[in-house]
Amino acid sequence: MSERAMNESNQYLSFRLAEETFAMNVAQVREILDFTTVTKVPQTPPYMRGVINLRGSVVPVLDLRLKFGMSQTENTVNSCIVVVELQEGAVVGVLTDAVQEVLDIEPDQIEPAPRLGTKLNKDFILGMGRHDDQFIMILDVDRIFCLEDVGLTGDEPELDEACNG
Amino acid sequence: MVMDVHVQAYREEAYEYLAELESSLLELEDHPEDADLIGRVFRVMHTIKGSGAMFGFDDIAGFTHEVETVFDQVRNGQMAVSSQLVTLTLAARDQIKAMLAASEHGTPVDAAESVRIVAGLRELSGKGDRDAPGVTAAAAAHGGETEPVAVTYRILVTPVAEIFASGTNPLALLNELRELGPCQAVAQLGRVPAIDEIDPEHCYVAWHVVLTTDRGIEAIRDVFVFAEDVCELKIEVIDDGSASGGYKKLGEILVEKGELAPDALAEILASQKRIGTLAIEKGVHPEAVTAALVEQQHVKQQREERQKQESAASIRVPADKLDLLVNLVGEMVTVQARFTQTAVERRDPKFKAIAEEVERLTGELRDIALNIRMLPIGSTFSKFKRLVRDLSAELGKEIEMTTAGADTELDKTVIEKLNDPLVHLLRNSIDHGIELPEVRAAGGKPRQGTVHLAAQHAGDSVILSIKDDGAGLDREAIRAKAVERGLIPANAELSEKEIFGQIFAPGFSTAKQVTSVSGRGVGMDVVKRSIEALRGSIEIDSRRGEGTLISIRIPLTPAIIESLMVMIGGNRYLLPLSLVDQCVLFPKEDRERCHGRDMVNVRGRMIPFIPIRERFGLAGKRPDIEQIVIVEMDGMQVGLVVDYVIGEHQTVIKSLGPAYKDVRGVSGATILGDGAVALILDLPQIVQSVENEAA
Repeated sequence: MSERAMNESNQYLSFRLAEETFAMNVAQVREILDFTTVTKVPQTPPYMRGVINLRGSVVPVLDLRLKFGMSQTENTVNSCIVVVELQEGAVVGVLTDAVQEVLDIEPDQIEPAPRLGTKLNKDFILGMGRHDDQFIMILDVDRIFCLEDVGLTGDEPELDEACNG
Repeated sequence: MVMDVHVQAYREEAYEYLAELESSLLELEDHPEDADLIGRVFRVMHTIKGSGAMFGFDDIAGFTHEVETVFDQVRNGQMAVSSQLVTLTLAARDQIKAMLAASEHGTPVDAAESVRIVAGLRELSGKGDRDAPGVTAAAAAHGGETEPVAVTYRILVTPVAEIFASGTNPLALLNELRELGPCQAVAQLGRVPAIDEIDPEHCYVAWHVVLTTDRGIEAIRDVFVFAEDVCELKIEVIDDGSASGGYKKLGEILVEKGELAPDALAEILASQKRIGTLAIEKGVHPEAVTAALVEQQHVKQQREERQKQESAASIRVPADKLDLLVNLVGEMVTVQARFTQTAVERRDPKFKAIAEEVERLTGELRDIALNIRMLPIGSTFSKFKRLVRDLSAELGKEIEMTTAGADTELDKTVIEKLNDPLVHLLRNSIDHGIELPEVRAAGGKPRQGTVHLAAQHAGDSVILSIKDDGAGLDREAIRAKAVERGLIPANAELSEKEIFGQIFAPGFSTAKQVTSVSGRGVGMDVVKRSIEALRGSIEIDSRRGEGTLISIRIPLTPAIIESLMVMIGGNRYLLPLSLVDQCVLFPKEDRERCHGRDMVNVRGRMIPFIPIRERFGLAGKRPDIEQIVIVEMDGMQVGLVVDYVIGEHQTVIKSLGPAYKDVRGVSGATILGDGAVALILDLPQIVQSVENEAA
């Protein structure tokens, strides 16, 4: 569990992947875009959907559903690309089925991730946030898009530690 | 804290001065008589000392004072510039740099070194004790040189009103002037307002000073050297020690000093006989009077011109501000392309006209923005002079470095990134290339070796070369080593270039010994990679016994390339136009004639081709008539099958980011006029992976 991420802000952006709701700390969210044309880069894993043009910069877009073992994200009217900024300054876009709202969740309302009971790799989850009697899984985006995903190949000891330590 | 900002500014400026000092000293070694260079060195010392004292760097101020004292003697012609002096002064410069670094990072300074340098300097100058450079003492120490002449100057000191705010006390400046010789100062109170209007923090007083000194005009200027911005200074020689007898008339002096308007003087004089007329009556030739007036005007004008030229015509800008500017310009270019595209689609002539104008202006803006980041490579070359000097001394070799094309301009980041590779290549030349003087002499070569660094423009690239007249590369040794390391099979037939190219393989080194300088074999592959990262290329040519020439080619604008846009599987891709040789049609019938082999007959030659569509797994049906773009790389011709060729395109390269750095076949992306992203194909990589699969 990353203390730093928690202390940054108590606000979290909730979004939907298939039937489940997740959240991530707003401090890392740069902007939210509509699902536009994504240009696929050949010979890359399926969850690396490609790149988009973000005001003149080329930004990679990753399919979180595929990363979590779900089926590929479809392009619907509610689909959004959430542009996040990772710890090392890398900027990536994340495909979501829908973006919901910004929630206030205090640190004492967040419980550690359960060891079992979820299909997901528990390393990806910072914790379970309680909001209105619902539990929302708060994602650790730095961990999810670790190392080879964003091309940081372990030469960065701090990130290496964050991912593996 | 405000003070920290100034301290930091002082440090930055001091580092710049030290860099200037180094190059001036090296130049001085080659031209020991050059008074300009001597003056420059002295002024740098003086400035560092003065500003250092102002910001509390007493150790630097004290140390620099010693060096400055010695150079003062050089300046006055009492001491000649010797190689020893230059070496000591260079050491002093390093020491000052260490002191600056110590203040910034706390790294310890070797105090013994300071003592050693000072002792060495004192020995050279023949001085025994630590006084301030008294005029008579200096003259006695190395007597026999020209006796300094006492010259009288008229000095007008006009501080700006806010001078006190800068911490400068005009009286202190005047006192320093007094130390130079007999001096009279008359305060000018004309500008002082009535007592109820006086701002006590402003200075309204100016001074007219007459000073006689044999220290030279430089000494006067030095007093005001760091009050330049807050005090206006006008120095005139009114008596250069040669004239005798009376001096100018009062009216002349008044007019000369601007106290009396010439026409007022004229009025006064009209009531008397004019001086010129009087002079003529006394037998002075009329032309002589005119000549004297003309001379007065002329000399005054000359001085004014000189002052204007000296004020700097450049401005320091933090590098990140520049980067921001260039980024914004880049975004602007992209949006402008979309704008133009939309204008064309709209078919509105007025709109189109505006779009064209915007395109022209944006193009100019882009050119200028990119140009701002261009710096002449000369500064890098000068840095190397020091390296060559020190390294050759260390290794006991005699080497001279010559340069050409120092004013060739390159992008700032490119120059920075080239620094390490160039240093490494230089070291190789010096360490392994140039032989010891005895060896050279035995071989009939001059004892002194030469390393020649050159830069020149060639089309849209810059070619840098390092040439030495040393031992040259041993082709057989390289080949043997490459075979030993398994880089090439023993019976492979390789061209000379290819053999030399083996040097760039990681871990390769034919040096018998590893010295502290080179030989570990980790350098050359890094050099090659750094250069390729700049999208450049490096080549080696060498003749055994004669020398080696290393050529590096770097594209001028790393960010923009001319490319060919093609359509494959519904997506647009770009190929570097410089590689494209020709395009041929590839109808279905020809495809079938291939019988599954990826080769096609083009005008009698069999050219292999790569079916990109399949390779990239693109969907869609293959068109009946396709095209093959034939490219030429490394002497080999390869074809790429595309749906059709769209046309030429000036491409602003955008990096895909670290996420895609391991992807083979795509070197970057670009934003097209309609906002879509098009990928730039990396042909060498594509060909390589196809070859690897076949092997």
